[in-house]
Amino acid sequence: MPDTDDILLSARGLTKTFGEFTAVDGIDFAVRRGECFGFLGPNGAGKSSTMRMVGCVSPVTGGELRLFGLDPATDGPAIRARLGNCPQRDTLDEELSVEENLWIYGRYFGLSRKEVKERAAELLDFAQLTERAKDKVEPLSGGMKRRLTIARSLINAPEILLLDEPTTGLDPQARHVLWDRLFRLKRSGVTLVLTTHYMDEAEQLCDRLVVMDHGRIVAEGSPRQLIDDYSTREVLELRFDAEDHGAYADKVAGIGERVEVLPDRLLLYADNGDEASAQVHARGVEPLSSLVRRSTLEDVFLHLTGRTLVD
Amino acid sequence: MSAPTIPRTPLVSRVARAMPMPAGAGLARMLVERNVRSFRHGWIALVTGFAEPVFYLFSLGIGIGALVKTVTTDSGMVVTYPQFVAPALLAASAMNGAVMDSTFNLFFKLKYAKLYDAVLATPMGPRDIAVGEVAWSLIRGGLYSAAFLVVAVLAGAVRSWWALLALPAGVLIGFAFAAVGMFATTFMRSWVDFDYITLAIQPMFLFSATFFPLATYPEALQWFVRATPLYHGVALERALMLGDVGWGVLGHVAYLLVLGLFGVVGAARRLEKLLLS
Repeated sequence: MPDTDDILLSARGLTKTFGEFTAVDGIDFAVRRGECFGFLGPNGAGKSSTMRMVGCVSPVTGGELRLFGLDPATDGPAIRARLGNCPQRDTLDEELSVEENLWIYGRYFGLSRKEVKERAAELLDFAQLTERAKDKVEPLSGGMKRRLTIARSLINAPEILLLDEPTTGLDPQARHVLWDRLFRLKRSGVTLVLTTHYMDEAEQLCDRLVVMDHGRIVAEGSPRQLIDDYSTREVLELRFDAEDHGAYADKVAGIGERVEVLPDRLLLYADNGDEASAQVHARGVEPLSSLVRRSTLEDVFLHLTGRTLVD
Repeated sequence: MSAPTIPRTPLVSRVARAMPMPAGAGLARMLVERNVRSFRHGWIALVTGFAEPVFYLFSLGIGIGALVKTVTTDSGMVVTYPQFVAPALLAASAMNGAVMDSTFNLFFKLKYAKLYDAVLATPMGPRDIAVGEVAWSLIRGGLYSAAFLVVAVLAGAVRSWWALLALPAGVLIGFAFAAVGMFATTFMRSWVDFDYITLAIQPMFLFSATFFPLATYPEALQWFVRATPLYHGVALERALMLGDVGWGVLGHVAYLLVLGLFGVVGAARRLEKLLLS
């Protein structure tokens, strides 16, 4: 186990309420230096509220939160000086050019003009935006804006980079470019804390993650560990020509470990999908299509909450 | 990655931090720098801000000045109409510039551009935003006032060396209105609410002893006018530009100063409530 000096961020019984509504309901977690830690959950699970508290832009309602051993309530500015913050919605300054966005943002951290110009040049290169340095922000593509937002959040050479749904709304190619950039950051030693409702993103990027639902943490571990703990190795997906797939659940009962009924398909959890498929056919049940795949975090989430992550 | 940089805290910001006010990191000047950069892309606004009071001075000063030869001020001074109206126009344009900046522009940055959401993720706090925006408004207002004063001198509407103080006085008027305007803007729900601003500004522009002396009004109305902020701005500028300076000037200064401080603290508190929830 790493010693406690390596814990950059920790929360105990962390709670956030808005009036009667409890957005974050007493969660515990700790993030170590250099790891990529994720919050996985559907919209409204309390991920963004948690991130805002961690980013020291939303006061903690209850519990304890420490970053670098400091309390956001008293040391907000000092903590924020060491954080990078990439919000869910781009908050780029559209009245400024691409490079000016980086310069001015660096100045907000109290960095000298010389320093911000040097860092901005490096970061534009990192974000693959050097050619667009003098351009306005508005005509950039969604992927470029995201990369600029991430570059901007790195201007103060943060120890922890917070990413709230970093690739939501991006096309697949732009997502892969962004993931590649985040990998590089991680390799350079930046601690990443991100939220996502994409399982593939969590699996690609996170060393460790917590699954959130209704403001609570329902499971914690590495993606592999969570799948091992809460799902089978493989999944057999069966589609039938039927309005109600529930009617077929009984017919395949007993094959594999368990069955989940979705509106458009049945998910049959088994360590060997092909074997399960053979057993289904042996019972004389003929699906329209069947597909064997590896278990993902989506299956973990479904098992833990009874709901899918993204509709 | 290099070591983290924690902004230095000069004495001023440490003192400011000890005050019972919303948090800040003493970095308000960075927001001014941001606004200067943004303004370079939209310099045309600078021209219109300067042109407005000059147009008024020529249309009213020359037009009405041809009909009205002299005016007796409330302190009994007899002056030409351009001399009478120029200080009021300086005060009114300081008000208009400050209000435009701190209401329309601020509302856009707050609700649409989400500028402050980005700013608050840095060490900067709501106080830095309030102070920075008001300071920027004052710098612009100061430029307009200086340009207007030059025109007023050339037009023969200035009679005293006290008029040199008309510039800082214009900045003070801008401060009071920018701060209160900003405070008011934090309560705005949509653009429709800006009609309330117009509703407050227009009567003040017309009736703050701007175009005719206070003595023209009925007694009851005079007291009402005396309670409004632009009246104090106009009276202050008129005293300075006509060289008619008495102790009453300090009363006007105090009124505007208190109003401005109230506005800045109120605005910073409201920004904290709106953005740091």
